Amino acid sequence: MEQYHGSIKTAVIGFFWSIVLTFAAYLLVVEEWLHGPVLVIALISLAIFQLLVQLFFFLHMGHEQKPRWNLIVFLFMALVLLIIVAGSLWIMYNLDYTLMPHDMMH
Amino acid sequence: MRHDPHAEADSLTIFGFWVYLMTDCLLFGSLFATYMVLHNSTHGGPTSKELFSMPFVLVETLALLTSSFTCGLATRAASLNQKKQLFFWFVATFLLGALFLGMELHEFHDFIKEGNSWERSAFLSAFFTLVGTHGLHISIGLLWMIVLLVPVMRHGVTPLSMRRLTCFGLFWHFLDIVWIFIFTIVYLMGVS
Amino acid sequence: MFGRLTLDAFKHDAIEMGANYSMIFAVLLAIGLLTYFRVWGRFWREWVISLDPKKIGLMYIFVSFIMLFKGLFDAGMMRAQQAFSVGASHGYLTSDHFQQVFTAHGTTMIFFVGMGILFGVVNLIMPMQIGARDVAFPFLNSLSFYLFVVGAFLVNLSLLVGEFSAAGWVAYPPLSGLQYNPGVGVDYWIWSVQIAGIGSLLSGVNFLVTIFKMRCPGMTLMRMPVFVWASLGAMILVVFAFPILTATLAMLTLDRLIGTHFFTLTGGGNPMMYINLIWAWGHPEVYILILPAFGIFSEVVPIFSRKRLFGYASMVWAIIAIVFLSFVVWLHHFFTMGAGASVNAFFGIMTMLIAVPTGAKIFNWLFTMYEGRVRFETPLLWFLGFVIVFVTGGMTGVMMSIAPVDFQVHNSLYLIAHFHSMVIGGVVFGFFCGFSYWFPKFSGFKLDERLGRYAYYCWMLGFMLAFMPLYVLGLMGATRRLDHYDAETGWQPLFLVALSGIVFIIIGMSFQILQLLVSFRDRKKNADLTGDAWNGRTLEWATPSPPPFYNWPVTPEVYGRDAFWAMKERKTQKPLQYAPIHMPKDTAMGLYIALFAFCVGFGLIWYMFWLAIVGVVGILACLIIRLADHDTTYYVSVKEIEKIEAARLK
Repeated sequence: MEQYHGSIKTAVIGFFWSIVLTFAAYLLVVEEWLHGPVLVIALISLAIFQLLVQLFFFLHMGHEQKPRWNLIVFLFMALVLLIIVAGSLWIMYNLDYTLMPHDMMH
Repeated sequence: MRHDPHAEADSLTIFGFWVYLMTDCLLFGSLFATYMVLHNSTHGGPTSKELFSMPFVLVETLALLTSSFTCGLATRAASLNQKKQLFFWFVATFLLGALFLGMELHEFHDFIKEGNSWERSAFLSAFFTLVGTHGLHISIGLLWMIVLLVPVMRHGVTPLSMRRLTCFGLFWHFLDIVWIFIFTIVYLMGVS
Repeated sequence: MFGRLTLDAFKHDAIEMGANYSMIFAVLLAIGLLTYFRVWGRFWREWVISLDPKKIGLMYIFVSFIMLFKGLFDAGMMRAQQAFSVGASHGYLTSDHFQQVFTAHGTTMIFFVGMGILFGVVNLIMPMQIGARDVAFPFLNSLSFYLFVVGAFLVNLSLLVGEFSAAGWVAYPPLSGLQYNPGVGVDYWIWSVQIAGIGSLLSGVNFLVTIFKMRCPGMTLMRMPVFVWASLGAMILVVFAFPILTATLAMLTLDRLIGTHFFTLTGGGNPMMYINLIWAWGHPEVYILILPAFGIFSEVVPIFSRKRLFGYASMVWAIIAIVFLSFVVWLHHFFTMGAGASVNAFFGIMTMLIAVPTGAKIFNWLFTMYEGRVRFETPLLWFLGFVIVFVTGGMTGVMMSIAPVDFQVHNSLYLIAHFHSMVIGGVVFGFFCGFSYWFPKFSGFKLDERLGRYAYYCWMLGFMLAFMPLYVLGLMGATRRLDHYDAETGWQPLFLVALSGIVFIIIGMSFQILQLLVSFRDRKKNADLTGDAWNGRTLEWATPSPPPFYNWPVTPEVYGRDAFWAMKERKTQKPLQYAPIHMPKDTAMGLYIALFAFCVGFGLIWYMFWLAIVGVVGILACLIIRLADHDTTYYVSVKEIEKIEAARLK
C-alpha cells in the first residue's frame, strides 16, 4: 500500500493557513476584538478549522484508498470525545445545580 | 496471491499506530474535560489571566507549528530517498521541538518558583497535568527522533525505516493538533 | 533505599497468613513439578516466549482460572461473614479486612477473570475464524499478556507485602485519596489495574487491526462469524474507553504522589469528576465483558439447534447499536449523586434503550432454536441457563434505569444481585459454554458430557440460591458491603440461603475440575479425529484438533457466511499449493518489558523511586532494543509444512 506523502505545495498551503488561523485567534483575544460567548464560538471555530487544515494538508486524511478505516476510526473517536467532554461538562455543572457549590464549602 | 511482506506490514503497522493515536486523543480528551471542569477552581490562587504570558505562548505555538511543517517535509524527503534533505528537515524538526519544550519548561519553572505549582489549586493541577502530558509526549517524540535518525543515517531509507518515519510523522502532527486545542482552550480562553 | 517498605509490611492476621502460606505453597508446588518433570526448557520455549495466539489465549485462561479461585474464595468469605455477623456477633472478619475482601473480590473478578477470559477466548478463536494465522501484532500480544500477569501478580503480592485497597473496586475519592487512605493499599489497586489496563488497551488496538485488516480473501465484514463481530464491538469499546481509565487513574495517582488537587476535598478538587470519568469508562467496560459472551452463544446455539443462526444482519446491527449506546448511559451508575432531573432523565432513557438490541439478540437465539433439531448437551445447557439468569438480571437493570426506582435500590443488594446476574449469567456462563464447545479443538478430545451436566446443574442451583435472596434483601433495604447488621432486620435467613448457594457453586467447580481429569484420562476414547467435533459451520473447525501452529497450510478462501459449512457442502478438494509461511519469531521481550513495568508499579507503591526510574529506563531500553532487532520473523519451509500436514493424516 503506497503511503501518500503529499507534495511540497500541500505542506506549504497547510502551514500558511495554520499560521493565519493561529494569528487570527491570537489577535482576537489579545486585541480584544470580541468578548464573551461570541469570542468562545469564534475561537473554537478557528481551532476546528485549523484541525481540519492539519488533518487534510499534514495528515493527508481523505487520501487513503477504500476502505477508509482511518477516517471511520477518526470519526468515531471524535464522536466519543465529544460525548465524553460535553457529557462531563453537562453532568458536572448539573451537579452544582442541586448541590451547594463546592468552593463555598471551605 | 503475491505475498509482499513490506506492503502488508506497512498497512498493519501504520493503521495500528493510527488507532493508538486515536486512543491518545481520548486520553487527552479526558484531561481536557477535567481541565474544563476545574479551571475556575483557583482556591484563592492565581487565575489563568494572571499567569499566562501570551506573546511567549505565541512563540511556543509557532515553533511547534513550524516543526510540524518541517516534519512533513522530512517524511516527504524520506519517501523520495533524499537523504540530505531528510537530515536537514529532520534536525530542524528536532530543534524546533526542543525549543518548544525548553520554553514550556521555562514557563513551568517560573510558575513553580513563585509558589504556583500543581499543589496550589485544582486549576493548576489540571493545567500542569494537561500541558505536562503534552510535554511528555513531545519529549518522547524527541527521543524517538534520535532513535530513528541513527539507522537512517547509517543504512539509508529502508522500507522499515520509512514505515517508522511515517508513524513518527503521524505522532508529531497529532501533537501539534492537540496543542491547537491547548492553545485555544487553556491559553486563549484563559486570558480572555 | 526501601522507601516506606519496612518489616511491618509482612505482618498479617491469621486469615491473611493462611492465604499467604497457600499461595506460597502453590508456587513452590508448581516450581517443584516443573523441576521434577524437567520441563523448564520446554515450558520456556513452548509457552513463555511463544507468540502463538493459541498459546497466549490458553495462558490467559489459565491465569484467569487461578484468579477465579481466589475471587470465589473472597466471595465465600463475604457470604460467611454476612451469614453470621448478626446482632451480638460480629462474625470472624474485622471491618477493615472485610473491606479489603470485597475490594479484592471485585477487582479480581472484573479485571483478572473477566478481562482475562475475554482476551483468552478472542486470542484462541478469532484469528482462526477469519482465516488468519495470527493477530496483527504478535509481539504486542505477548506484551499485553504479561502486563496482565503483572497486574494479577501485584494484587496477589499485596496479600503478602503490605495490604490491598479497602476502597472498593472502583476506588472513589476522597476515600481513595491520600488523606483517608495514605497506606499502600490503594496504590496496589491503582498499579495493578493501570498496568493490566494498558495491556488491555494494546490488545484492543491489536485485535481491532486484526479484524479490519487480516481477514482471508472473500471474507467481507458481513460474512464474518458473529463471534468475530462481537469481538470487534468489544475491541472498539476497549480502544475508546480504556484511555479514560488510564487518564483517571493517572490523576488519582498524581493526587496521591505529588499533591495535585483533582479529586481532593481541599484546594478546589472535585471528587465527583472521578466518579463521572471512571463510569464513563466503567459502563463500556461491562459491555466489553458481555459482547464476546453474546458472540459465543451466537456460535453455539446454531450448532446445537442444527440450524443456521436466525437474523444474522440484525445480530450485527444489535452489536453496533450496543457499541454506540454504551457511551451514552454512564450516569446511571450515579443517579443519586446530585444531578438534576433533566440529566437523570436523559441517561435513564438511554439506558432503557440499550436493553432493546440485547433483547433482540435473545429473541434471535430463541428463534434459531425454534424448529431446529436441538441437542441438549452441555454447551446448550449453559446457554439456557444464561437466558434465565441474564434476562432476569436484565429486567432488573431496566427497572433501575428508572431514576426514581434507582433512588430506592442504588447500592443495595438488589444492585449486587443485578450485576452478578449479568456477569455470572452472561460472562461466566458464556465462557463455560464456549469452553465446553471449543475444548475439543485445542485438546483433541471431548469433555465428559455427564460431569459437564452435573457441573451446570450445581452452578445453576448455586447461583439461584446465592443471588435470588439478594434481590429480596435489597428490596428489604439491605445495603451493599455491610459487614454487620441488626437481628431485628430479619435478614439472616436470606443470608444463610445465599451462603448455601456458594457451597453449590464450589461443588459445581469441583465437578468441572473432575471433568477435566476424567476427560484427560478418557482422552483416547473421546478423541476428536476429524477436527470437526460438532459438525461446525465456521472456519476454526476446518483445522485439525489441535491445529498446527500456523493454523492453515494455505490461507482459505471464503464465498459466504458459515464458510466451513459451505466448504463441506461443496466437497470439492482443491489441490493445495504450499508456499513458505511467514511467521513471527518467539521472544521473551514482552515478559521483560512487563517485569520492568512491575518495577515501576512496585517502586511507586512503596516510594522506592529509584526502582521506578529503573523500570522506566528498562522499558525504554527494551523497546529500543526490540525496534532495532530486524530479525523478528522467519519462514516455515514447504518441506516443514508437508511434514506437519502428513503427520496429522496418519
